[in-house]
Amino acid sequence: MKKVITLQIDDKEVKAEEGKTILEAAQHAGMEIPTLCWYEGLEPYGACRFCSVEIEKKGRAQVVASCCYPAEEGLKVKTRSPKIVKIRKTILELAATSAGEDVSSKMRALASEYNADLSRFRSNAPLSPTKCILCGLCVRRCIEANWESAIGFTGRGIYRCIALFPEKAGLCSTCSYCRDVCPTGRTCSTFGPRPPFPRINDVLAGRK
Amino acid sequence: METVKCIRSPKDLEKLREEIKSKRKPSKSSVSVCVSTGCVALDAPKVKEAFIAELEKQGLKDQVEIKETGCLGFCEQGPRVTIYPEEICYFKVKPEDVPEIVSKSILEKKVVERLLYKDPATGKGVQKLEDIPFYKYQLRLLLENNAKIDPKNIEDYIALGGYSALAKALFEMTPEQVVEEVKKSKLRGRGGGGFLTGLKWETTRNAPGEPKYAIVNCDEGDPGAFMDRSLMEGNPHSVLEGLIIGAYAIGATEGFVYVREEYPIAVENISTAIKQAEEYGLLGKDIIGSSLSFKVKVHKGAGAFVSGESSALMTAIEGKVGEPRPKYVHTAVKGLWDKPSLLNNVKTWASVPLIVLKGAEWFRSIGTQGNSGTMIFSLVGKVNNTGLVEVPMGITLRDLIFKIGGGIRDGKKFKAVQIGGPSGGFIPEQLLDIPVDYDELVKVGSMMGSGGMVVMDEDTCMVDVARYFVDFLLEESCGKCIPCREGLRVLSSILSDICAGKGKSEDIQTTEEIAETMRETLLCALGRTAANPVLTSLKYFRDEWEQHIIEKRCPANACKALIDFYINPEKCQACLLCLKECPAGAIQGDKDQVHWIDQEKCIKCGTCYEICNFHAVKKLSGEPIPPPPEGMKPIRKLKGEN
Amino acid sequence: MELKSKFSLKEQPVKLRGIAGIVNKTIEDYQHDKSMLIQILLRLQKNFGWLPMEMLLEVSKQLGIPINQVYQVATFYKVFSLSPRGRHLIRVCTGTSCKVRGAPTILEKLQSFLGIDTGEVTADGRFSLETVNCVGGCALGPMMTIDGEYYGNLKLLTVKRILSKYT
Repeated sequence: MKKVITLQIDDKEVKAEEGKTILEAAQHAGMEIPTLCWYEGLEPYGACRFCSVEIEKKGRAQVVASCCYPAEEGLKVKTRSPKIVKIRKTILELAATSAGEDVSSKMRALASEYNADLSRFRSNAPLSPTKCILCGLCVRRCIEANWESAIGFTGRGIYRCIALFPEKAGLCSTCSYCRDVCPTGRTCSTFGPRPPFPRINDVLAGRK
Repeated sequence: METVKCIRSPKDLEKLREEIKSKRKPSKSSVSVCVSTGCVALDAPKVKEAFIAELEKQGLKDQVEIKETGCLGFCEQGPRVTIYPEEICYFKVKPEDVPEIVSKSILEKKVVERLLYKDPATGKGVQKLEDIPFYKYQLRLLLENNAKIDPKNIEDYIALGGYSALAKALFEMTPEQVVEEVKKSKLRGRGGGGFLTGLKWETTRNAPGEPKYAIVNCDEGDPGAFMDRSLMEGNPHSVLEGLIIGAYAIGATEGFVYVREEYPIAVENISTAIKQAEEYGLLGKDIIGSSLSFKVKVHKGAGAFVSGESSALMTAIEGKVGEPRPKYVHTAVKGLWDKPSLLNNVKTWASVPLIVLKGAEWFRSIGTQGNSGTMIFSLVGKVNNTGLVEVPMGITLRDLIFKIGGGIRDGKKFKAVQIGGPSGGFIPEQLLDIPVDYDELVKVGSMMGSGGMVVMDEDTCMVDVARYFVDFLLEESCGKCIPCREGLRVLSSILSDICAGKGKSEDIQTTEEIAETMRETLLCALGRTAANPVLTSLKYFRDEWEQHIIEKRCPANACKALIDFYINPEKCQACLLCLKECPAGAIQGDKDQVHWIDQEKCIKCGTCYEICNFHAVKKLSGEPIPPPPEGMKPIRKLKGEN
Repeated sequence: MELKSKFSLKEQPVKLRGIAGIVNKTIEDYQHDKSMLIQILLRLQKNFGWLPMEMLLEVSKQLGIPINQVYQVATFYKVFSLSPRGRHLIRVCTGTSCKVRGAPTILEKLQSFLGIDTGEVTADGRFSLETVNCVGGCALGPMMTIDGEYYGNLKLLTVKRILSKYT
């Protein structure tokens, strides 16, 4: 039987099992913290920073990613302070720098909610929009379903992208793990036999 | 090297030490040649070959020993050669100088004046290292032995007292006592964070899980920092001894030394050190006959600055991409393969044998309250004496730069010093009197980092340098997190535009907003501190930013798009050099006609500026360019006239 | 790190014979330890010059690591080259001290003299040009290495002379 701890989220007392994250504790109490790269059942990744919350611990204030930070006894959490709202708006605008404004589903809804101007930083990226924020959900789902996944991350920094490994993509037409998880609509349920990512050879040769 | 003796007890170690010392004659002549990276770049191996040849020629092969030794940090004066037992230090030695050194210094015991370091204040040559102004104010606890030992020969290290700290720890102290001693010393992590080392050791020791790991961080990704390189190349055993003591203290059975791939000499020397320590019973099973068994592997980096971050380093050792992990649960508790792992920097490990041998009290007596011991800084950039400086914590920046560093080169004016690598900030003139320690630097928006100190002068553009750091981090970011990857991309684009004269009035505010978002939300220290150079540049040099954005002018004459090159017709000697070297063919003139630059063709590469021997090329920014002086004859300078 | 080269993967035929053997020997030296992937790739590149796709596939097969993981590692680290390199590798240091002492001008000079951009190979296959973030010779900047040999205190006019030593 795991120890139960008490913390405060948005001035509400919440009980949680020790070892759970702030996000899990909040969800268990019926409170929603918005995320982009989190998905139930997958190991938290911490790439989007969208689930950031303000915490106060022993008088010290800090901003942490709620999907990774463990819930602790006596923690005071604020999930929608003015600082956090501003941060989330900026993160959406930054994410759209290379993803572009033409995103659908979750990200569009969040952009509307946080009044984010998705075209704000577009002029700073000399690329055609990728419609991908590299949240990694599709990759992580693929790895979970198939040990030798058909898609994976390559490159580093701004050259980071998702590539397709054609030899491993044989099962793609019957597997549907990477569909329906994408927050921008890049891998949506209507794509054909293979996920819409460039082949690894093309990525290496500089053709995306 | 002679027969290997396997050490099975502290007595064995002492016996071996005496045996080694008895075979060495302190009065015997020897030549020590530095063969670390810096001196190697200046052809030190050829100097060594020249000595071997000359000594053979003069029949002195058996009377004089030649030793390859490590870096003393004054690389610009290399190659360095020291003659013992007189301790005569020669700098900038070339192979052609060797016959004279052998004849005069070794045979006649006289000094070759022209190869001594010349004190700029007195104009006189200085014979001993300690008397050179660069070294006089230093306290070289960690780097001192670099000149005395051949890093590839463990017996040199043993002869100087090496591994006696390890023997003391293993046989006179319990692991808990070792941890206490390190705690009492108040040693702080020399890798950058400045976290209390003893506390980290205690946490790792108490964390549940086995096996435990002890790791050396020799990634030294901060560009401009080379003290870990120097220590690892010159005295790898000092680091190894500290690591083994640490393993004993926390109960680790396996260790790793993570060295950046760009330091091949360091990789070679630590690998040799590990092999020799194993042969001598100082590493491996039952170390010095105790119950401690500890093995160490070398793991090379592969060119990723972010992998120097502690959690990323551990992920790299696991064979994966060196991406940082969330550190809400410290790596001391869950590190390598989720086991308790103790990671410390090279300088931190090298400090440990000294603390064990001489005690925590002694260590605390050096430095300031809360910042004990010495710190090695790499003083580089536009300063006269560039190199490694080891000083007690608490020395002021002014003393470091002007007393030890000898002030700004070419008589230029100091502008800023950047401390802490890409995570650190700029410190302007008005703050030069702050004492250098972990806390004071954080207070002014910078940080100690690994101790890299890049000095900048009036010719450095503070917007351009901020852009340099953003571009550096952009290239090195792992790209996992949105605010880091995209934030740096946008900042880089904004800063490029500003330096190209395309800055917009809202740029400063946008920059601050992005920088703040990064600072608050990001996962790792690379991202969170990425804003430091930009924010400190804005804080202390806002006027330069505004001049770039509003006036389209670069006051330091550095940003290419905002400057024009112009040949001063009164200084030009019509030597044709720039004309020939101009890659764009933009220079007109003749051997009897003053040269001038066709601005339409000029690509602003700066070649003419760099190569003109008469300093006739000027940089203009925000000023109208005078019309070309076509057909003008040069005003010939008399020989020797400036 | 950017992934591009003047050579296209199709144009450069790779000697496939023996790659499985080369990979096997290296993996054996590291006791088939999966965590040694980076060290194995470093050793393979040191001996072969670069890492062709066929080699990465062999590593994945023989070490038992999914191919996407091998590629993730090979494309993450700057040292690895997945396209053929020139006979001589020039690495120009672009660290802070070298930058402040004029490394960008030296790099530009090399690019214009060789007619290639950073990350590319000259058309005659003689030189590859890459940048590196600090080799530890900060007091001697600007600095570069060619085939591991160090050259410090670089001046614009001496760079051409240094290059002429390499055929």
